[in-house]
Amino acid sequence: MNIVVCIKQVPDTAEVRINPETGTLIREGVPSIINPYDMHAIEAALRIKEEKGGKVTAITMGPPQAESALREAISLGADGAVLLTGREFAGSDTLATSFALASAIKKLSADMVICGKQAIDGDTSQVGPEVAEFLGIPHISYVRKITGLEDNSIKVERMMDEGHDVVESQMPLLLTVVRELNEPRLPSLKGKMAAKKAEIKKWAPADIEAPAEKLGFNGSPTQVKRIFTPEAGGERKILTGSPEEMVEELIKELIKKKCL
Amino acid sequence: MPVRIDRDKCTACESCIGVCPYEAIVIKEGRALINEYCQMCSICLTVCPEGAIKEYEEEAKAGEMQDLSKYRGVWVFAEQRDGIIAPVSYELLGAGRRLADTLKVELSAVLLGGSEADALELIKWGADKVYFSDDPIFEKFNDEPYAELFSSLVNTHKPEVVLAGATAIGRSFLPRVAARLRSGLTADCTGLEIDGGTRNLIQTRPAYGGNIMASILCPRTRPQMATVRPKVMKKGEYGPARTGEVIRVEAGGLKSRTRVLESVRETSSHKINLQEADIIISGGRGLKNPEGFKLLEELAGLLNGAVGASRAAVDEGWIGYSHQVGQTGKTVCPKLYIACGISGAVQHLVGMQSSDHIVAINKNPEAPIFNVATYGLVGDLFEILPLLIKRLKEIKEK
Repeated sequence: MNIVVCIKQVPDTAEVRINPETGTLIREGVPSIINPYDMHAIEAALRIKEEKGGKVTAITMGPPQAESALREAISLGADGAVLLTGREFAGSDTLATSFALASAIKKLSADMVICGKQAIDGDTSQVGPEVAEFLGIPHISYVRKITGLEDNSIKVERMMDEGHDVVESQMPLLLTVVRELNEPRLPSLKGKMAAKKAEIKKWAPADIEAPAEKLGFNGSPTQVKRIFTPEAGGERKILTGSPEEMVEELIKELIKKKCL
Repeated sequence: MPVRIDRDKCTACESCIGVCPYEAIVIKEGRALINEYCQMCSICLTVCPEGAIKEYEEEAKAGEMQDLSKYRGVWVFAEQRDGIIAPVSYELLGAGRRLADTLKVELSAVLLGGSEADALELIKWGADKVYFSDDPIFEKFNDEPYAELFSSLVNTHKPEVVLAGATAIGRSFLPRVAARLRSGLTADCTGLEIDGGTRNLIQTRPAYGGNIMASILCPRTRPQMATVRPKVMKKGEYGPARTGEVIRVEAGGLKSRTRVLESVRETSSHKINLQEADIIISGGRGLKNPEGFKLLEELAGLLNGAVGASRAAVDEGWIGYSHQVGQTGKTVCPKLYIACGISGAVQHLVGMQSSDHIVAINKNPEAPIFNVATYGLVGDLFEILPLLIKRLKEIKEK
């Protein structure tokens, strides 16, 4: 089985802080990581390969630094990696990103494409389903369990808002996966050696036969107009005194406000 | 939009260098320069003390531009699950009505599955028209037939704005619609406004784990599509006498390569659904261990409330993900939200700051949670909570 995993290098948003004076993100010292949900996608692909045989290729679109995320995927067990990079891809929204990824995946003729459910920097969860649409294959979102896998079909559990569905699909297809699916492995020593030596394919728009007007800024219908820090309003009161006094006052206030 | 630095204004102060997530700003020949690593994320735009960093609007290539004036009207995807209209649909009708009135156009709902009675109900909640199909293929949710019929309806009727709930269903099939129509989709919006002159929809959403908010436009194509977080928009006014038109649509020949074999409703181990609760008691890293949540459960039991958690507590494995409140968890809007040992990362705040009253209990007086708290208690929660529980019990007994 030929499996392609879409990954994204993201800043570890848990580490991102806001400079209260300027209202901007403090990026210094914030590590870049593979999007945590994509780690589960890689793990899922590796387990399928171990069971069924085949090949796992990791793909990402991003600046040249994103190569390190692909090397990490190889250290975990991926067989190959593709980096879509070039100025033409810059400024891509989810639509242009999906178009570029789908164009590249067509070249890799995948039986299955696996993505994390969303990236923690953008949190859109749109790229997976959009890639599936551009590839003309079905997709299943929020997969938490793979319950059956044949050569031409798959059965999974997908999370819904109030429970889960058991869904069956033909192959090829695309899955987006959630944390509950598996526990990602750590890289092996052998994997780390392989990652150092591995050749990362670098593809430009010409390599994926994608017209420039569908890529990057030109191919992106949405534009970020403004970025700002969320602010809070409303009345505020800091209660003072001993714990007993604070609790007394709190209860009084909450009764007054009809909260209790 | 492409971002450039005005070399005449730049003083090489390096303020911009650290904020770039892509390490795309370098100092060259005594001035800052944005190199080819730039991903046009726009984060650097506000940091320059000299105002030297600017976006440059590039003209869209001729012929690419759609005739935007052919698109009129606001559409709402009315989600049903097992024949029950999802509450977010009424919230979307509230938001959609407001946008439609501003734009002076009709508000339509699209209902796939469900019954004609449901369709009539959507009119009372604000829709002028309801496009409705009760074809059995829509009983269970499969992305392909939903995307297929929805896209073809949009292609035929050309609405300028399309809204859906940011639910498991909305977030799964609407991206397929966007790819098919090649128009813009903004995920998980918390604010929607119309820019009067251009009729553009200003879509505001949290990004970077909720650390920042971004306003997003889709100026060159239509429809402008957005998914909207449940529990953020206010429901419209219910008008029992409102009238409108239900238009049945044919769904013949639709196919799905996925098939739902079984739908399982999971009743949460917790008695009260977090998003429906009037009172929520949430815990964070300050609880120190899973045992800490027992205190919160006791308090929740007394107040008939639900237990929530910050991402930190969930990541530590102290409580299940279904309790998580925040950008990557649930958005809640209870009457009373009690945050215990939660520092208040923006990721958490975006999920709860619209609560009517917020009580924060935290040791650290500098914790950002106090910036949104109606009542702040600086102190040890292991001291304060037992006292609070004791007093509430006494009051209850009276």
